[in-house]
Amino acid sequence: MLVARTAAVSAAGPPQSANCAPAGGSEARTSSVKPRARGDHTSASSLLQVSRVTKVFDVSAPWLTRMFARQPRLLLHAVEDVSFAIRRGETLGLVGESGCGKSTIARLIVGLYRLSSGTITYDGFDVSALSEGRGPRSLRRKLQMIFQDPYASLNPRWRVADIVAEPIRAQRLVCGNRAIRARVDALLTKVGLAAADGQKYPHQFSGGQRQRISIARALASEPEFLVCDEPTSALDVSVQAQVLNLMRDLQHQLGLTYLFISHNLAVVHHVADRVGVMYLGRIVELADKATLFTRPRHPYTRMLLDAIPDLAMTGKSRIPVAGEVPNPLSPPSGCTFHPRCPYANERCRTEVPALKRTPGNGDAANDIVACHAVEEGRLDIASRVVRIAEET
Amino acid sequence: MTDIMPPHRSALPLPGEEQRSGVMSPPHPNPFRPGEREPSASEAGEGRPLLDVRHLRIEFPTRRGVLTAVDDVSFAIAPGEVLGVVGESGAGKSLTGAAIIGLLEPPGRIAGGEIVLDGARIDHLPHDQMRRVRGRRIGAIFQDPLASLDPLYSIGRQLIETIRTHLPMSEAAARTRALELLQEVGIPAAARRIDHYPHQFSGGMRQRVVIALALAANPRLIIADEPTTALDVSIQAQIITLLRRLCREYGTAVMLITHDMGVIAETADRVAVMYAGRIVEIGPVADVIRAPKHPYTIGLMGSIPSVTTDRERLVQIEGSMPRLTAIPSGCPFHPRCNRVFDRCLHERPELFEAGTSRAACWLHAPLP
Amino acid sequence: MSTNRVAVALRHSWDSDLAYSFRHSPYAMAAAVVFLLCVGSSTFAPWVAPHNPFDLGQLDLSNSLKPPMWLDGGDAAFPLGTDDQGRDILSTILFGARISLAVGICSVLFSMVLGVGLGLLAGYVGGKTDAFIMRVADVQLSFPAILIALLIDGVARALLPRAHESLAFYVLVLSIGVSGWVQYARTVRGSTLVEKNKEYVQAARLFGIHPLAIMARHVLPNVLGPVLVIGTIHIATAIITEATLSFLGVGVPPTQPSLGTLIRIGNDFLFSGEWWVTLFPGIALVVMVLAINLLGDWLRDALNPRLRT
Repeated sequence: MLVARTAAVSAAGPPQSANCAPAGGSEARTSSVKPRARGDHTSASSLLQVSRVTKVFDVSAPWLTRMFARQPRLLLHAVEDVSFAIRRGETLGLVGESGCGKSTIARLIVGLYRLSSGTITYDGFDVSALSEGRGPRSLRRKLQMIFQDPYASLNPRWRVADIVAEPIRAQRLVCGNRAIRARVDALLTKVGLAAADGQKYPHQFSGGQRQRISIARALASEPEFLVCDEPTSALDVSVQAQVLNLMRDLQHQLGLTYLFISHNLAVVHHVADRVGVMYLGRIVELADKATLFTRPRHPYTRMLLDAIPDLAMTGKSRIPVAGEVPNPLSPPSGCTFHPRCPYANERCRTEVPALKRTPGNGDAANDIVACHAVEEGRLDIASRVVRIAEET
Repeated sequence: MTDIMPPHRSALPLPGEEQRSGVMSPPHPNPFRPGEREPSASEAGEGRPLLDVRHLRIEFPTRRGVLTAVDDVSFAIAPGEVLGVVGESGAGKSLTGAAIIGLLEPPGRIAGGEIVLDGARIDHLPHDQMRRVRGRRIGAIFQDPLASLDPLYSIGRQLIETIRTHLPMSEAAARTRALELLQEVGIPAAARRIDHYPHQFSGGMRQRVVIALALAANPRLIIADEPTTALDVSIQAQIITLLRRLCREYGTAVMLITHDMGVIAETADRVAVMYAGRIVEIGPVADVIRAPKHPYTIGLMGSIPSVTTDRERLVQIEGSMPRLTAIPSGCPFHPRCNRVFDRCLHERPELFEAGTSRAACWLHAPLP
Repeated sequence: MSTNRVAVALRHSWDSDLAYSFRHSPYAMAAAVVFLLCVGSSTFAPWVAPHNPFDLGQLDLSNSLKPPMWLDGGDAAFPLGTDDQGRDILSTILFGARISLAVGICSVLFSMVLGVGLGLLAGYVGGKTDAFIMRVADVQLSFPAILIALLIDGVARALLPRAHESLAFYVLVLSIGVSGWVQYARTVRGSTLVEKNKEYVQAARLFGIHPLAIMARHVLPNVLGPVLVIGTIHIATAIITEATLSFLGVGVPPTQPSLGTLIRIGNDFLFSGEWWVTLFPGIALVVMVLAINLLGDWLRDALNPRLRT
């Protein structure tokens, strides 16, 4: 409904000047972006393809300090050799604890950071141009992001209407103040606020309402793909439920694709179709939701699932796994999880496991795990089947 | 008023306290008997609650008038019991904890009610007396371990200082006790790390140190305000397990303030649900979670996503918690309640008996 | 429709925390009154002052060094006495305050624009630009502001020997302005570094908005708060600096004396008994600077969120 209305508005608006044409497929592609052949994709309908992406941050001390203190360069491998694909219309959940690199992946995809190596393609277009400030406007319009902190993601000095209108103006999707205002009002009502709220400032809203404003802003440019970086982590439980329901409704109505990042496994279980687990910059397991939560394979996934507090009060006793996430600046050798892994052997200490399709699981071909123990069959998959509790 | 301390077993004997053989607290906390408002003074010592909060009222005078942040809250914690206080942001749970431990920031002030610890009132004590209560009889664990530890002093020094402030000990004896505490909370290589500074520890380790600090003087009550919220999920599990084990061993009661129902389910014996500065439901944790009585609690439990069940939509409570400047009349939840009726708009409900718990809802009012 | 909006905005600002704090602070209100009096009387000096001290035709040497009117030998036409040229002290104070205030405010504006601009650039762009700007700032900080002002003034005199008289005002504004930009730049750079990492700036980058536009429209409004406080207090410092420079003889030309010049002129007569020539301009300077400082103090406390009840 929203898309149709916008089309009507832009068609009925003032004569289209070259500046104000809605950025669509008819726009000539700039020569710096070459569309890749469709046959390159592993899955025919994958919308986003992340291939062997690595991001290294240089966190060394300033040169002068380093020279005097004889310190070496410090490099932080935030993301290491990550690959996955997301199909159109699905929701991929990415879970992991702090320092695992999921937020970095989010920012790499939308172009806020530059890739150190690897490629990210969206619908055939190479996304790396975005991070250099170039790239077709249509690409920028289609990839949007919702941030974690509802208090820092809105400019406190701007009115809400201006905040939501900013991408519309930047992309020149709609011309004329009145048309922009109408579109902003429509977006605000779509996310459950009132059109009159546009005149207020962000500090007059609660955290949940601010996230709605962020969602409205993200929807303003009519995106296809939303990267959601912990959108509900800062919200209360009941407000989180509202926002999650809203996001689900929007996905159905507008046909959106989500990359949903969170540290909360329960939320990811509710939202995602497929789930990827990250640890210290690598993906350790990627499977569809049912498989991951009922037959987790990687020891870290099992540990994470074990750590979820037992709200159903089944009375199961847990032995929390010892140890903490190591310092990402000096990760352990080989498989980075080996110091905490009950199944670690010599090979785990020296060799980094590759993401492989596990033999004999019989499920979708896209389920992959990076674990020597699984590959060697040392891990008893059946021993960790979690029975779904009866709903009372 | 004499300071009566019922005997309790501590894992490490303190100087000045002989081992009382044969007199032990029950190995499991004695749940507060439901249906009973407060045990009468004539009963034996075990029946008297350790902490008794009666009609507590916390106000904030602002230029727009006086805002009541906590309105007539009453509850009791038995010795060795874990009471969870759950609620969303703005419900007043942190303020209640702060008031009990005497750390309410001005202009907030306790405007009414009493806080009784072990039979003695502590709500309006002068500063120096409150300082002696704090640490010795009430310990505190806050959310941000980085802010709870002084970055300029080693953790050993902070532990020793706390121990010596409240207990008569020499420096060497205090250091020994500090070492034992660090080992108890699971700090590896404690003998070496006792002289390290807070920034040399990770988040989970720091929170363990904070727990050690809270338990240093062997208090009878610990106020834990969101102790695991800032931690990773796996560390959260470790800290919860540790806290539960230590409090059982030391017989310390805990007032666990959090917004996370899962943590409550694992740790608490009883739970109080707060909304807009009031307790709307209180009772044994299994009953409140499995069979909530108050519409707010019902909505809250339904809105929590679960790993084990698949639902299309989460239960959604429309609206949001009212601001302090605009608390509705009657029952504060009535604008959002799907079972509201006429009485709810005008009269504020008290906590009525509802099965094994109590709920502040006119639906559970006793029939006349 | 628009008047309604203005009315709403006015009521909004009247009701705001800042206005409330102002109404409840006697110091701020008194200081504001004094400051407005100073500004008003000096702006309208040609109409308010009893005489025009710069009109050489009006001057009469026979009127020189008359004491204030409440003393013997005083004249009601010259309420605060006259100086050695026969100029009425009161009028000269009003005209002089005009110059002092003009120089003060203009140089502060110049400093602000220069400092905020460089600070934004350094904070947002980072890297070598940041390092370069901050090193320049560090170097400049190692010199006293007066020396820098003197330096620029001296260079200007050397470069434009004849035009210097008419350009003295601009040279003064330039020299005081350049000597004061560093404090703004540092403050703004720090705030920019914080704001740059906030998610609303990242969102703006996501929309493809040009970095300059982000700096101007997103970051700048959020870093201006401390700048206003520094600026208010800087006006006082700038006026004093100008007075010092004029006192030293390198400020405004003597034909258009500012308060500093007056103080210098009167200094020669201080110990020979004609104290009023120095004292009254001095008191005027002190009162003006004090009012500005009190206003700046109030503003800083009012804008500090931690002190708010």
